[in-house]
Amino acid sequence: MSQPNRLNQGGSIDRSKPLDFTFNGLRYSGYEGDTLASALLANGVDIVNRSFKYSRPRGIVASGAAEPNAIVQLGSTEAAQVPNVRATQQALYQGLSARSTNGWPNVNHDAMGLLGKLGGPMMGPGFYYKTFMAPASMWMTYEKFIRKAAGLGRAPQEKDPDIYDHYNHHCDLLIIGAGPAGLMAALTAARSGARVIICDEQETFGGSLLETADLLDGKPAQQWLANALVQLSDCGDVLMLPRTTANGYHDHNFVTLHERRTEHLADTAPEAHQSRSRMHHVRAGQVILATGSQERPVVYANNDVPGNLLCSAVSCYIRRYAVVPGQKLVVTTATDIGYQAALDWLDAGREVVAVVDCRANPDGDRVKQARQKGIRIITGSAVFEAKGSKRVTAARIAAVDLDAFTLTGQLEELACDTIASSGGFSPVVHLSAHTGARPVWNEEALGFVPGRVKGMIPAGGADAIYSLPAVLESGLQAAQQALQSCGYAAVSVDLPKASQRIESKSAALFQVPHLKPTSRAPKQFVDLQNDVTAAGIELATREGFESIEHVKRYTALGFGTDQGKLGNINGMAIAARILGQTIPETGTTVFRPNYTGITFGAIAGRHCGELFDPERYTALHAWHLKRGAKFEDVGQWKRPWYFPVGNETMHEAVARECQAVREKVGILDASTLGKIDIQGADAREFLGRVYTNKWAQLGLNKCRYGLMCKDDGMVMDDGVTTCLGDNHFLMTTTTGGAAAILDWLELWHQTEWPELEVYFNSVTDHWATMTITGPRARDLLSEVTDIDLSKDSFKFMECREGMVAGVPARVYRISFTGELTYEINVQANYAMHVWNALFEHESTYGLTPYGTETMHVLRAEKGFIIVGQDTDGSVTPEDLGMQWCVGYDKPFSWIGKRALSRPDTRRKDRKQLVGLLPTDPSVVLQEGAQIVFDPKQSIPMKMKGHVTSSYYSPTLGQGFALALVMGGAERMGEKVYMPMADGRVHEAEIVSPIFLDPKGERQNV
Amino acid sequence: MQRYSGFGLAKHALSHNENWQRMWRNPTPKKKYDVIIVGGGGHGLATAYYLAKEHGITNVAVIEKGWLGGGNTARNTTIVRSNYLWDEAAELYEHAMKLWEGLSQDLNYNVMFSQRGVLNLGHTLQDMRDIQRRVNANRLNGIDGEVLDTQQVKEICPVLDCSPNTRYPVLGASWQPRGGVARHDAVAWGFARGADALGVDLIQQTEVIGMRIEDGQILGVETTRGFIAAETVGCVAAGNSGVLARMAGIKLPLESHPLQALVSEPIKPVLDTVVMSNHVHGYCSQSDKGDLVIGAGIDGYNGYGQRGSYPTIEHTLQAIVEMFPTFSRVRMNRQWGGIVDTCPDACPILSATPVKGLFFNCGWGTGGFKATPGSGNVFAWTLAKGYAHPIAAPFSIDRFVSGKLIDEHGAAGVAH
Amino acid sequence: MLHIYCPYCGEHREESEFRPKGQAHILRPKDPDNCSDEVWADYLFFRDNPRGLHHEMWLHATGCRKYFNVTRDTVSYEILETYKMGEQPKITAQSRAAGGEK
Repeated sequence: MSQPNRLNQGGSIDRSKPLDFTFNGLRYSGYEGDTLASALLANGVDIVNRSFKYSRPRGIVASGAAEPNAIVQLGSTEAAQVPNVRATQQALYQGLSARSTNGWPNVNHDAMGLLGKLGGPMMGPGFYYKTFMAPASMWMTYEKFIRKAAGLGRAPQEKDPDIYDHYNHHCDLLIIGAGPAGLMAALTAARSGARVIICDEQETFGGSLLETADLLDGKPAQQWLANALVQLSDCGDVLMLPRTTANGYHDHNFVTLHERRTEHLADTAPEAHQSRSRMHHVRAGQVILATGSQERPVVYANNDVPGNLLCSAVSCYIRRYAVVPGQKLVVTTATDIGYQAALDWLDAGREVVAVVDCRANPDGDRVKQARQKGIRIITGSAVFEAKGSKRVTAARIAAVDLDAFTLTGQLEELACDTIASSGGFSPVVHLSAHTGARPVWNEEALGFVPGRVKGMIPAGGADAIYSLPAVLESGLQAAQQALQSCGYAAVSVDLPKASQRIESKSAALFQVPHLKPTSRAPKQFVDLQNDVTAAGIELATREGFESIEHVKRYTALGFGTDQGKLGNINGMAIAARILGQTIPETGTTVFRPNYTGITFGAIAGRHCGELFDPERYTALHAWHLKRGAKFEDVGQWKRPWYFPVGNETMHEAVARECQAVREKVGILDASTLGKIDIQGADAREFLGRVYTNKWAQLGLNKCRYGLMCKDDGMVMDDGVTTCLGDNHFLMTTTTGGAAAILDWLELWHQTEWPELEVYFNSVTDHWATMTITGPRARDLLSEVTDIDLSKDSFKFMECREGMVAGVPARVYRISFTGELTYEINVQANYAMHVWNALFEHESTYGLTPYGTETMHVLRAEKGFIIVGQDTDGSVTPEDLGMQWCVGYDKPFSWIGKRALSRPDTRRKDRKQLVGLLPTDPSVVLQEGAQIVFDPKQSIPMKMKGHVTSSYYSPTLGQGFALALVMGGAERMGEKVYMPMADGRVHEAEIVSPIFLDPKGERQNV
Repeated sequence: MQRYSGFGLAKHALSHNENWQRMWRNPTPKKKYDVIIVGGGGHGLATAYYLAKEHGITNVAVIEKGWLGGGNTARNTTIVRSNYLWDEAAELYEHAMKLWEGLSQDLNYNVMFSQRGVLNLGHTLQDMRDIQRRVNANRLNGIDGEVLDTQQVKEICPVLDCSPNTRYPVLGASWQPRGGVARHDAVAWGFARGADALGVDLIQQTEVIGMRIEDGQILGVETTRGFIAAETVGCVAAGNSGVLARMAGIKLPLESHPLQALVSEPIKPVLDTVVMSNHVHGYCSQSDKGDLVIGAGIDGYNGYGQRGSYPTIEHTLQAIVEMFPTFSRVRMNRQWGGIVDTCPDACPILSATPVKGLFFNCGWGTGGFKATPGSGNVFAWTLAKGYAHPIAAPFSIDRFVSGKLIDEHGAAGVAH
Repeated sequence: MLHIYCPYCGEHREESEFRPKGQAHILRPKDPDNCSDEVWADYLFFRDNPRGLHHEMWLHATGCRKYFNVTRDTVSYEILETYKMGEQPKITAQSRAAGGEK
């Protein structure tokens, strides 16, 4: 297929490897080494998209990260869709399929364009703040239509087939940018033995060396480049990362690098288990910022018509890709780079109509060269308007007086199809601003240079150093300085010889005045992607938006996917001119990560799906699975929720499990409870300070329930702690609280009471806990243990060590169900053996496994709380009616004690834990139901508490609940009401929270 | 004040938009005002607006060290909801919600308040208990809300992964249809324009550097442009409240933390509601421009740097991809941070101080934006009368001494 | 992401290994039972929250499990020193103002 704009020779594309691709459904071809943008230009595709607000036709403007227009949708299948791909940074591959993101029915004929033309004058910045207000009820309808116009590309509708990974690195030097400055720095650093990482966002290293016409050591710079890359790759300690964008610069020299591993090959990773991209997390000793500079376009009327490009982009497309994006060129420039574009265009055999230079007497070498070649040079002038709608047809030029901001002298119209503009250069300071360092205006360079960041050294274009010899030298110096900071000895490296070219001094050309005032001239675009015009900026300042941040927010300047790389400085300069200020007075420009957009998937890495958060299993998990358990997420743990048999519902299964425990024996895998081993001479004293109750008298092998508060007096955790020796205790915590409680104990020990001798270790995973509970528990356990289980020798709230199923075990006789209970603890890797040994007697004793739901019913029948369910961070031990668990007269003022005597905690009408029995026994109250005393009141009702736990009790034969009720302890026997969403109002009686066996006879058998 | 309307837009288009007036003046500070508001963010501007509009106090200055609405007003994720658990908080946020519902018309400025509904997801049984408790409380307080099951969540938000195969499957949600989002900058600008039109002086680029206090009475503030007198001063300075309090010799129970947020590149609309998940730690909505607006968690350390740590962003996007797997190939465009002052109970302080005439409105933590009109409204009342509006009364500093906290943090677990 | 020197491990480690634990050097009242509600509230809730130099506590959570102190600038996020529990900072707002810092 023909590529009308492709030159027969030159460029670094591989003509032996043609590649087919489609754009908007049409087939084209390009070559390996092309970007999608260069291939589109080669094929003469002018219109690549429609603009966001006015739907104006747009073409390619730039050749790299700054491109605002050529934003396409990529992907040949649904799952492979990638929205908002910048065509200038997308390498071409065989079969690439791309579409414009806007334009209906297509990008060449867009119905919305008409609306843009007609409605454009009404759609100034912020127009939506001034309308769509009446009637108020219509806003959601208006908004529906507004949203139809939203967005560029689209998200896929299927799950991402690709994977992404993360690498962590430490290095001495991180060099960002592999142009002449970065490479020179890397060559220097590589000789020192320092660990170096060098990255560059482009497909290959080289930066401006890839397309420069300059010589190094008397040879084309590309030869020096090739040699430098060989040298670097021979160094063991240099990691070279092409296709890698430093997208975020964070505190303490932490930089994230996004490496595109396969995007140049296909729309999904071509090989199985290959990551599509990789985030490198780099902690660097020193960072060398060698990110170069970005050319600024000139703002003139209709500067968005396809065929308007940057001068540097024109040179890049010709020299790197052998593509000339047009036939007849007009250059409008404030720098000598404009002449380079004209020279390259001429060398490519196409016509240069004129170079229009706003400077009076440019005299640089390239100006002379252009003059020698017969190029028409028009000085003191500028293009003030482009003609054409879908492609430039002419440039209108005139002499300009930039200080007075007016056109002077004769107008001339130059027929052309391409206008290349160069308003000057802006150092790429973005990364330096990420850590909060504001860029600083440099009047000499007419641009912002990086602010000071500790550990960062700018070099080359990023520091407003533009001539090649100076750039190379700055790279060398930056490396030497960085090496010194990292403690490496100085190395000397020869700089290649570069010819020193004479450059004329650049002028400051931002906006070109028009014959008409800015408000009446054809649109002069500042931010192409967001359709922000000079008139829009003028309007914003007219309306009082004088801070540059206000201007940006009111107009949306810089909020596109290009993050204002082309437009921000022009916008600031225009605002400054209108406000009669200098640019630094108007403000500075702040950039945030990312430098260019990074997919969510790449940032997330592998930590999605099953690796989103670790799943924790007990040693008995396989058994539970086999038995058909349903699981509940508790913290990170998967806990059996209930064990349905056959087609049982949860309700049926729980009823059966409850009955088994109350009548025979049940077994619970309680291994997830937090277990902290506490040792040391002062362990007992420590317990007395962190628990609300007393520990001084707890004897050997005795267990005690304890409550823990924060120092604000609110309950934070509970559990049973056992004395295993005079200096040795085992604490259990709630499942969810285990890690936090260990931190808590360490906090108090290390910061408040370092004089206490006490040590803590988490042993949660070391021990498996099997709770057997029910009237037959003793009989069952006696089958497998040598421990004397008789009532009088192994009492309630005691612990014994012995053998269970041939395995050393600790058995605790404690109870969370109110039944005779033994908690068997064995080393976790023996758990399955012991569990199976118990289940050998399954049929004999009716042994029934139960899950957390049954556990909840059984404990609630006994009025035992669950911290976090029956408490919520605003509940004291007294609110729970657990004064029996509060050691008011302990000698040390334990954690939480003082707070209990504050005015609010002394209130009598605090919410207190009570039991509720619904008047209708078939009713199971909703957990979370709000309680009122007067059901007849109107909304808003006075709420007096809420239901914290509620179940159907097979034992009681009715529903019952625990609740927190205002003044509840004094309201026994009173009725309360729960008005529900379905209109029903449930009535219940306040009762003791202990529904079963208040004397504890069942557990004391 | 120039009235805004669709007709006006057309008329101004004909004159090339050359005749739009300033939205607010750029006044030179007077020597003395009846009331000074320190802080020109949404809350401060709303306070000034309601002082002028509802209490006839127009000799008011708003003193802003940077640009109007440049703090957290410009940095939040624009979510508006009122489904708070505790009565005190619910009343405050519902008061704000009612004002939101007529705000564009009241201000003659379209703040683009879009009631597209807010889902708070539940992923565990305890989440669902908390959701039921909160929705029941909301209903009895007259605030709209429903508890949805997984299927209903899926119908409202098809792009959310409601399958049982996720790490923490969606078990249900609370749904507040009146919740939604608003255009954050417009809120500040609309209040600023309204306040200015009523005579309030909005003084930008002027920093308060001291407070003049005699015999326990505030007399005015020292600024970078000299002393400005007023016997009533309201500080509404979000992350910098602690700094102001120190000038008055007052300590506040606040800590300033970075709170980060991020947006994706604009994509075609796929998400029409606000989705929040506390358990998975992600929340997300899509703006009218097409950006996915995503809130990250709060960084645990104190910071005034308007930036936080990268792992927080990383974790947030892991949560978003977990919730919305089809967003994996969408790009994150930009991240930023705000400074939030957090109270121990995750509720604000709207309070008099030991200094007579000096009031603070602060401690909104991660929840300030949604309260903007309500906060301004009750604080204006408080400044005008010299004692707390009944809705503001429970939010006094005294609660930290008495222990009467309003613990949204501990109880509801809904931090944002 | 902060890079934090653990004074116990003697190494710089990534922030993700640590957890911030709030203001350092907060003293629990010596005799809680006999202090005023105001003093107790001050201990529980009221913090310095400085804009600038801050002494704060961090826990090396996935490392040595030790709590230690950090002197950090809350605006620049620069860490000026880390020191063990029980030690006093060498750099303070006063010393910094007096030019005592490098």
